Amino acid sequence: MLNFIKSYLTVIIINLIAVVWLIYSVVRNKSKTKKSLKIALKTFFRTLPSIIIIIIFIGFLLGFLPPDTISRVVGEQAGFLGVLVTAILGSILFIPALISFPLASSFLKGGASVMSVAAFITTLTMVGVVTLPLELRELGKKITILRNVFSFVFAIVIALIMETIL
Amino acid sequence: MKPVKDNKSNEKIKQKKFLIRDYIIMCVVMAVAAITLLIFSDKSGSVLSVSKNYSLEIILILPAIIVIIGLFSVWIPKEIVIKYIGKTSGIKGIFLSIVLGMLPTGPLYIAFPMAVALLKKGAKISNIIIFVSAWACIKLPQELVEIRFMGIEFTLLRLALTIIFVVIMSTIIEKIIRFTEKKD
Repeated sequence: MLNFIKSYLTVIIINLIAVVWLIYSVVRNKSKTKKSLKIALKTFFRTLPSIIIIIIFIGFLLGFLPPDTISRVVGEQAGFLGVLVTAILGSILFIPALISFPLASSFLKGGASVMSVAAFITTLTMVGVVTLPLELRELGKKITILRNVFSFVFAIVIALIMETIL
Repeated sequence: MKPVKDNKSNEKIKQKKFLIRDYIIMCVVMAVAAITLLIFSDKSGSVLSVSKNYSLEIILILPAIIVIIGLFSVWIPKEIVIKYIGKTSGIKGIFLSIVLGMLPTGPLYIAFPMAVALLKKGAKISNIIIFVSAWACIKLPQELVEIRFMGIEFTLLRLALTIIFVVIMSTIIEKIIRFTEKKD
């Protein structure tokens, strides 16, 4: 229930900003508003196919690979190779944060190392294989590839540092 | 320098081609997905329920985000973006990019069109990379959940390291992109 309210809060805040700004825009300048909505519509049609594909992919990913299966795979990983495997898994998977943290804490309790769990959480959020098509489309090849490759490498570095400190 | 108008119309034709291609790919993916679900009918329930949840989230957030992107493109002058997160914005620009990314705004794939709108207005590439990365991994509501499940020590350490490495990464990427652009 708490999670539900939390995710709902984001929706309310975002929509409130949009509505208030839109009203301000209409009152101040009608032609500017028209132009804004035109850009909005264009952005919508540009991003729609990618977003639908992403939603289908996420459905298949979580439908065929339920959390307990993921948990079993990550729990078995140890050592540096284990970190590599969990980092790759985190890059491919797309799990909402609200599910990923309870999942990660269950990995820890199940005996996975801090290193593996840290690598998993960091690549899960920073590296996005599922969202790659949209990122390529919007930000271009160079930024997308560099960002994802560097994020992957640094996620492992972060995991190694965390293992030594904690 | 090619004439600007020519470039623009070329760009438009290219955009249209991309758009058509995207919609064709989307239809193919949908068809393949439907066939796969028919074959693995025992999994179709869980697949559809996950997709349904995400669609709901998108329907509730996407319209607001694109309206904000449209309003942003028209109402916010270029000078302001350049001043705050442009080339000479320095540490202030880094800080602001992190804060902007941390705001509770929805899933990562919405950040990309927003990032493009900022880039077009003259934002620095490194700040855009910080913005996207912060959006991806240091969202405020998400961190509250992380503290609850992973403990405050784990969370703070991971956040601090992430911010440090994201800033380092953004500078390296900006340098690489500038270097390769000079060559071209």
